[in-house]
Amino acid sequence: MRRSMLFIPGNTPNLLMNGDVLGADSIILDLEDAVSPAEKDSARILVRNALKSLHYKGCEIIIRINPVETDYWTHDLDEIIPLKPNMIMPPKVSCAQDVKTVSEYIAKLEEKCGFEKNTVKLIPLIETAMGVENAFQIASADERVAALFLGGEDLTADLRCKRTKEGNEIFYARTRLVCAARACGVDVYDTPFTDVDDIDGLYTDAQFAKSLGFSGKASISPRHVEGINEVFSPTQAEIDYAHEVMETIRIAKEQGKGVVSLRGKMIDAPIVERARQVIEMEKAMFGGTEDDE
Amino acid sequence: MNMKITTSAVAGTLESSDVYVKVEPCDKLEIEIESVVYNQFAEEIKKSIMEVVEELGVDSGKISINDKGAIDCVIKARVETAIKRAGGEN
Amino acid sequence: MSKLVASIKEAIEQCGLKDGMTISFHHHMRNGDYVLNMVLDQIAKMGFKNLTVNASSIFDVHEPIIEHIKNGVVTGIECNYMGAKVGKAISEGIMDKPVVFRSHGGRASDMEKGTSVIDIAFIAAPTSDDMGNCTGKVGKSACGSIGYAFADAMNAKKVVVITDNLVEYPLVDFSIPEVYVDCVVAVDQIGDPAGIVSGTTKITRDPVGLKMASYAAKVIEASGLLKDGFSFQTGAGGATLATAKYVKEMMLEKGIQGSYGMGGITGYMVDMLQEGCFKALLDVQCFDLKAVESIRTNPKHMEVSATQYAGVSGKSAGVDNLDVVLLGATQVDLDFNVNVHTDSNGYIMGGSGGHCDTAAGAKLAIIIAPLTRARLPLVVDRCLCISTPGKTVDVVVTQRGIAVNTAGGKNQELKQKLIDAKLPVVEIADLKRMGEELAGVPKPIKMGDKVVAKVIYRDGTLLDEIHSVK
Repeated sequence: MRRSMLFIPGNTPNLLMNGDVLGADSIILDLEDAVSPAEKDSARILVRNALKSLHYKGCEIIIRINPVETDYWTHDLDEIIPLKPNMIMPPKVSCAQDVKTVSEYIAKLEEKCGFEKNTVKLIPLIETAMGVENAFQIASADERVAALFLGGEDLTADLRCKRTKEGNEIFYARTRLVCAARACGVDVYDTPFTDVDDIDGLYTDAQFAKSLGFSGKASISPRHVEGINEVFSPTQAEIDYAHEVMETIRIAKEQGKGVVSLRGKMIDAPIVERARQVIEMEKAMFGGTEDDE
Repeated sequence: MNMKITTSAVAGTLESSDVYVKVEPCDKLEIEIESVVYNQFAEEIKKSIMEVVEELGVDSGKISINDKGAIDCVIKARVETAIKRAGGEN
Repeated sequence: MSKLVASIKEAIEQCGLKDGMTISFHHHMRNGDYVLNMVLDQIAKMGFKNLTVNASSIFDVHEPIIEHIKNGVVTGIECNYMGAKVGKAISEGIMDKPVVFRSHGGRASDMEKGTSVIDIAFIAAPTSDDMGNCTGKVGKSACGSIGYAFADAMNAKKVVVITDNLVEYPLVDFSIPEVYVDCVVAVDQIGDPAGIVSGTTKITRDPVGLKMASYAAKVIEASGLLKDGFSFQTGAGGATLATAKYVKEMMLEKGIQGSYGMGGITGYMVDMLQEGCFKALLDVQCFDLKAVESIRTNPKHMEVSATQYAGVSGKSAGVDNLDVVLLGATQVDLDFNVNVHTDSNGYIMGGSGGHCDTAAGAKLAIIIAPLTRARLPLVVDRCLCISTPGKTVDVVVTQRGIAVNTAGGKNQELKQKLIDAKLPVVEIADLKRMGEELAGVPKPIKMGDKVVAKVIYRDGTLLDEIHSVK
C-alpha cells in the first residue's frame, strides 16, 4: 500500500533517524534537490549508512538519485543498491532510454550483489514536457518500472507557466500520466502540494488527484501525510461494500450461479477487482478483519 | 583501500544529532573527540571512528570531531566523507 | 502617610535585614528580571553575609548570584526552578549548603504552614501605589499575573514592593493589597518585559515534535476526558503547545465547551479562551505578552496565587480538578519517575515548577518527549533525580510509542482505550529498548559525593537529593 510518499532530505541526520515515524507509507530519501552540489558525497554516504543501520519498520524506502545527465547518479547507485532499497526514483526522466540507462546500471549492480533480477523497482519522476509526452514509453520501457511520479514544479518551469494552487496548468500532465501508467498496469503518484501550512488546500488537491485516478500523492511536508493517507484510503462505506461484494460472490459460487448482482447492479470482473484492492488496503491499514478469507 | 590524507577537509554540521569532522594531514594518527555525550558514549564514538579509519586504510592524519549527539552510523558517514574529501588513494 | 522610601538601601535598613536572614523573590519577569540582582548587589554593598535567597525561580539572568555565593553574601538558595548557568555552578559544588528545591505549590504551602520562613520579601511590581497596592497587569514592565508573589507578601515578616511605575493611591484593580506591604521603592526599571517571553513559547515545526503532539492529542481524545467541562494545563514547550493546538481544533470541531485552562499561560491558551474552548483561565504566570494583554483586558482571564494554583495548604487548589496536564521530561525511568531537574550529565538545569503539583492533581498526566535527544535515550533504568514520582504519571508519549503506567492496577481502562484507538501502545521498557537500539546504551553517569540540592515534594517530604558532578 502506497498512499503517501514523504520526501526526507538526504543530509539531515535527525530526519533520517525519524523518517519512519512520520506516518508515510513510503519515504523518499532525497539525494537530488534537497542536497547542494557540495554535499552530494556526504548525503550519499549518510543515506547509505542509514539504510545499513536503521530499520525503517513498516515503511517502504525510495531513493531519489541524481539525474542521468549529472556525474552523480552512478555513484549514488553504487552506494545505495547494495542496501536493497525498494525503489529508485530517477528524476527528470524524459524518454524510455533514460529508464533503460538506469535500469541496466542497476541490473549490473544487482548481479554483483547476488540479488534476484529486478529486485529494485523504478519510479521515474516525470517533470519535463518531453517526459509527459513520452509517459507511455517511459512506463513501458522496462519491467523494473513500478510506478510513475509527476513533478509539478520543474514541469511548470519547463512549460514556462506559473505553478498555481488550483493546478490548471498541470491538468493535462496529470491525466496524461494517469492514462499512461494505467495503460501499462503500473501505479501513478501525484506531485506534492507545496503550501505547507494550507491543510485545507492539501485536502482539495489530494481529492482532485484521487478523482483523476492517481494511486497516491507525494509530500514535502510531514504535515501533509495524514491528509494524503486519509484521502487515498478507502472510506468505511467502500470497505463495507467491498466485503459485501466478496460475500455475494462467495455465496454465488457455492450455489453455482454464474452471474450475480448486488443492489440491482451486476457484479462484473472490474467490480470484483476493485473490491479486492479495497480489502487489501484495509488489511494494510488495520491488519485485517475477521471475515477475511 | 589505502587512503592518504593529503589535504585538510571537513564534513558534517553542528546541528543536534550530527557531528562536525575535520581531517588534516599529520605525521601520525591523531584523534580528538569533543562530544555532548562524551561521558555516556566515548567508547562507541572512538570505535566508530577507528572502524572507518581502518576500513579506509588511513595510517596517519589528524581527525578532530565535534559531536552533537550523532548516532554511530552518522559518525561513520561523516568521518568517511571527511577522509575521502581530504585524501587521495595510495 | 506614605510607605515610599528613597532607595532599596533604605528599604533594607527599615526592614531590619541581618546576617543569616532569608529573603525572597518571585520570577514573573523571568529572564528579564532586574530586581533580584539589584537587591543582592545592594545587600552585598552593605556588607551583609550568610543570607538565604528563596526565589520562586532562578534564571540565567541571575548569574551574578554566583559571585555573591563565592563572597559569602548568599549561603543558601531555595527555589522551584534553576536555569543552567547558576545550575552548573551549584552542580560543581560552589555552595556548602544544598539548594532546597520545591514545587510551585509546595513553596507557597511551606510558607503558609510556617516551615519556610521569609524575613523580607522583595516584590517586583510593574505598578504600585505608595501604600503598596500593586499589580503586574499594567505598567511599562507589565508581566501579567504575579501569582507566585502572593504567598511571599502574605507570609513574609517584612514586605518591600519595588516598582518602576508608581501611581497615585489607590491603585485600581490591585493584585496584592497594601495590608501586607511595609515599604515601597520606586526604581528606573524592574526588568525587561521582552525577557518574560522565553524561547519555548512557539509551536514546534519539527516533524518529530508534531508527531508526538498528534499522538498526545489522540491520547487525550481517546481518554474520554475531552468533553464539556474539560480542564487543561500545558507548559510552554514546542511540542506541548502543538498538542494544545490539536486539542483546540478538536474542541472547536466537536463544539466542546471546556471549563478552565490553567498554569503558566501562553497566547495559545488565550486563543482557546477567546474562541470559547474555556470559560476561564486561571493564571499564575504569563509566558508571553499576549497573555499579559489578555489578563489585563479579559475578566475571564483570572490571576490566581500559587496556593490556589497548586498548593496543598489551602482547602482546595486548581490542580485538584484538572483533567489533563501535558508535561515535559529530560528523563523518565522504568517506574515512570520523571527528572526535570538535571540534564543527562547530572548538571542542574531546571526544576519542578508546577510539574509534580499538576501531575499529582490531574486525572491524566501526560509526559511528552522524544525517544532520544542528541543520542541520549529518554527512558532510563533510574532517573538521575526524581522530580515527579512515577505514581502520579499516567502516560509517556514519544514519537515511536506510548507507554501507560498501569502499576498497582491503575489506568487499565485507559490503556485499553488507547489500544482501541489504534495508538502505538507499548510498555515503558519497550521505549527504553527502542531508544537504546537507536542510540546505544549510555554508560551510567557517576556523580560526586557531595549533596548539592535537596528536592522537597509538595507535601514537604524529601523526594530526592542531587549530587555534585565529577
